[in-house]
Amino acid sequence: MTAKVVGLRVPRLEDRSLLTGRARFVEDIGLPDTLEAAFLRSPHAHAQVRKIDVQAALQVPGVHAVYTMADLRPHLTSDRLVVALPSATIKRSLDRPVLAYDEVCYVGEPIAVVIADDRYIAEDAMALVEVDYDPLPAAVDCRDAVKADAPRAHTNAPDNVVAEFNLKFGDVASAFDGAAAVFKESLRPMRGGSHSMECRGVIANYEVATDQLTVWSSTQTPHSALRLLADLLGRDEGHVRVITPDVGGGFGPKLVFYSEELVTAFAAIALRRPVKWIEDRREHFLSTTQEREQYWDVEIAADNDGRVRGVRGAMVHDHGAYTARGVNVAFEAAQTLTMPYDVPACDLHVRLAVTNKVPVTPVRGAGQPQGVFIMERLLDRVALEMKLDRAEVRARNLIRPEQMPYSKPFKTRGGVPVVIDSGDYPQCQAKALAAASWQDFPQRQAEARAQGRLLGIGIANFVEMTGRGPYEPATVRINTSGKIHVSSSAAAMGQGTKTMLAQIVAEQLGGDMSHIVVTTGDTATSATGFGGFGSRQTVTAGSSAHAAAVKVRDKVLAVAGQLLEVSHQDLEIVGNEIRLKGAAGLKVTFAEVVKASMGTAGFYLPGGLPPGMEATEHVVINDMTYANGTEVATVEVDPDTGAVTILDIVIVHDCGKAINPTIVEGQVIGGVVHGIGNALFEQMLYNDDGQPLTTTLAEYLLPTSTETPRIRVLHHESPTPLNPLGAKGVGEAGVLPTAAAVVSAIENALGQYAVTIRQSPVSPSDIVALIAAARTEPAASAIIDACRPGR
Amino acid sequence: MTVTRKIAVTVNGLRREAEVPVRLTLADLLRKKFELTGTHLGCEHGVCGACTVLFDGVSVRACLMLAVQADNHAIETVEGLAAADAPLNDLQQAFSDKHALQCGFCTPGILMTLTEFLRDNPVVSEEDIKIAISGNICRCTGYQPIVEAAMQVVKARQGNPS
Repeated sequence: MTAKVVGLRVPRLEDRSLLTGRARFVEDIGLPDTLEAAFLRSPHAHAQVRKIDVQAALQVPGVHAVYTMADLRPHLTSDRLVVALPSATIKRSLDRPVLAYDEVCYVGEPIAVVIADDRYIAEDAMALVEVDYDPLPAAVDCRDAVKADAPRAHTNAPDNVVAEFNLKFGDVASAFDGAAAVFKESLRPMRGGSHSMECRGVIANYEVATDQLTVWSSTQTPHSALRLLADLLGRDEGHVRVITPDVGGGFGPKLVFYSEELVTAFAAIALRRPVKWIEDRREHFLSTTQEREQYWDVEIAADNDGRVRGVRGAMVHDHGAYTARGVNVAFEAAQTLTMPYDVPACDLHVRLAVTNKVPVTPVRGAGQPQGVFIMERLLDRVALEMKLDRAEVRARNLIRPEQMPYSKPFKTRGGVPVVIDSGDYPQCQAKALAAASWQDFPQRQAEARAQGRLLGIGIANFVEMTGRGPYEPATVRINTSGKIHVSSSAAAMGQGTKTMLAQIVAEQLGGDMSHIVVTTGDTATSATGFGGFGSRQTVTAGSSAHAAAVKVRDKVLAVAGQLLEVSHQDLEIVGNEIRLKGAAGLKVTFAEVVKASMGTAGFYLPGGLPPGMEATEHVVINDMTYANGTEVATVEVDPDTGAVTILDIVIVHDCGKAINPTIVEGQVIGGVVHGIGNALFEQMLYNDDGQPLTTTLAEYLLPTSTETPRIRVLHHESPTPLNPLGAKGVGEAGVLPTAAAVVSAIENALGQYAVTIRQSPVSPSDIVALIAAARTEPAASAIIDACRPGR
Repeated sequence: MTVTRKIAVTVNGLRREAEVPVRLTLADLLRKKFELTGTHLGCEHGVCGACTVLFDGVSVRACLMLAVQADNHAIETVEGLAAADAPLNDLQQAFSDKHALQCGFCTPGILMTLTEFLRDNPVVSEEDIKIAISGNICRCTGYQPIVEAAMQVVKARQGNPS
């Protein structure tokens, strides 16, 4: 009955313009007479601002304006960007000022903006803005920041703990009292960034005649940007339009609304000229949100057979200087810990520490990679100490398929019960072990060792929360040309969203994707929506597109049946034609059907149906759907240099029904490689004064082609019953298990030195130091304090 | 204050003239003066490779060169690989076939790097290609499909389509 497009490896709609240099990223949008902005940023991690003098900057030829908060304040409804997600655990609001005025709280915080003929002149003038700072002590390391006598990250705050909560379930005391063994660990994932290859950027244009503000932003959340712009500028939403042009990667931080978007829009209104601001990479290091730094002191209780009885402990989460999103990174890290496993008891105390560093919000994974890292490190410890196979320990604790749907004894931040809907975790692990020849590895390891080579293997399981609801709308409309227009508030940032939507719609409407035009991320084409984050759009927007396409399909068939004077049940849609099954000659085109459905003045509408061929759906799915997988990494370590070579990564993942397996594999592999960065390279360093030490791509290392192994992706398909497509999200899957699996493999390779790796990333110098420490002080495996240079 | 100079540059085979500030980068010349926005700026400090163009046939970082240095030289950009209405060239098509791009921001730089590399090295291994693109950062694809796309071109140009 329906076409077969969903599930196929069809070419992407997005590719041609991107491959020919004719795409339109935000920096590529050229409006006549555009001015360019440069932001003056704090050079101090923490300081009082005594005075800002912009007079010299204003004298520079080509400068049109210099604004500080004092200039903006009369035109805005608030001094601050109120964006935090609600949570009862937040003790006080720490919203970012639009521009800092009395106090700066991290290096990179925007304090003034220069608008000039071009960026060159704007930066010349920016150097002439004089700011009188009175430096203050900074809270840098979040472990120190939670201490009573720590310097306050914000001068007037009673302390640096902005939120705290417990994740508690089961009888933890009994779990630990009755345990055969208890192991304690201190573990620390480090701070990193998203580093989309396109930095942030915005161009704003104000049309006086229509009082219309149009803002193109490299954002993952155009509708949220629209609401904030309208609220802060005191404008009606109908007079603001936000468009996401081609976006050069998002990976989380672009879901946040930033000062630069508001200030650029304000400048366009004030100056009656288009104004553009494009973030450079240094600014991206200094001002775009980051995450992952957490310090965990945890213990795990196990029975003799390696069955986990409970987990308990405390975590301090580096929140950065302001609340730019909420508690979600810390919250999801804590929840992720036990997700794939049947753990009866847990008690985690989590504190979110404010520090004088770039604010923390989700980066691909949003706390989940940390949760996976902690749990998998603990399970490795159980296996090692109890002399059990690491995979076997996991197999004994994984949620079994007959337990699905499996209710976790906790709820999401939004109060929705966490019910894992589907999946076969033991089967995924078994597939991964087989593909990686886990069973034979000790033999390969021994053979390599005989040649003086150190090989290691590691494993990690993960469950990814996907498809965060409640909905994402989609509209399907067939025009009188016969073209099918699909529009959605879903935001595309490189993940093939347009192709995904086109496949789902084509499945219902003739199967020919060349008839489909997709618009995403434009607030003019959809009144409401959330955007791209949390691996949610295929589930939410995909389901809405499916439902809308089914509605349009039913109507197309009804009207065509009327025109052809046959029963709609005897019709089929092939390409852009609706024809009588088995009678090739009797047919009408989309164009004819749509024209008929528009009606003729004075005549009945065909079939008595409402006019036009359009449907908008907001399919509401409150429950999240949970993807999962297992990764096995094989590495070689050179104990003299500490160099790690990843020899192989196998990842078996289950995202339910894959709409386009090629795109799914691309998402998984890309996530794995981000995880390799988290395992081996990526670390945002600060000195004790809060000065960032890694502000170029030569200092902060991203994985390049020569460090990246061939990654083998194997699919396991457990369709979710929660949506009509059976699809789960996949955007963050690969990053979740990778640091855990790679670090496990490195530790395994260094088995003869009996080192314990408690951090990610782990650099070559860390590895050399770990080996040296283990040699001089066996058993007391050292922690290398990598985030404090010079120590 | 701004000193300018007249320059003439051949861009994608077309001779173009401009009067430019001496501090204007080659990337900004291409993007702003000539409206060839396919050359992207990912770091502006010469590491990410997104702005790679060919300068007299040799790959360079357009963010690290000045426009005046291009005076009387030939520049090739991604826009020169296929005309607006023409079919994709073999390398571009291979990228699409192998899903070697996602957001596509780094893609023009990688295409130009590989255009030079495969022109000069028609017989190469996967490892050679990895080394050739090691100066281009991609955050989306994990590089593997890019290597596969390049290998497809290598094989096809040798008459053995994969």
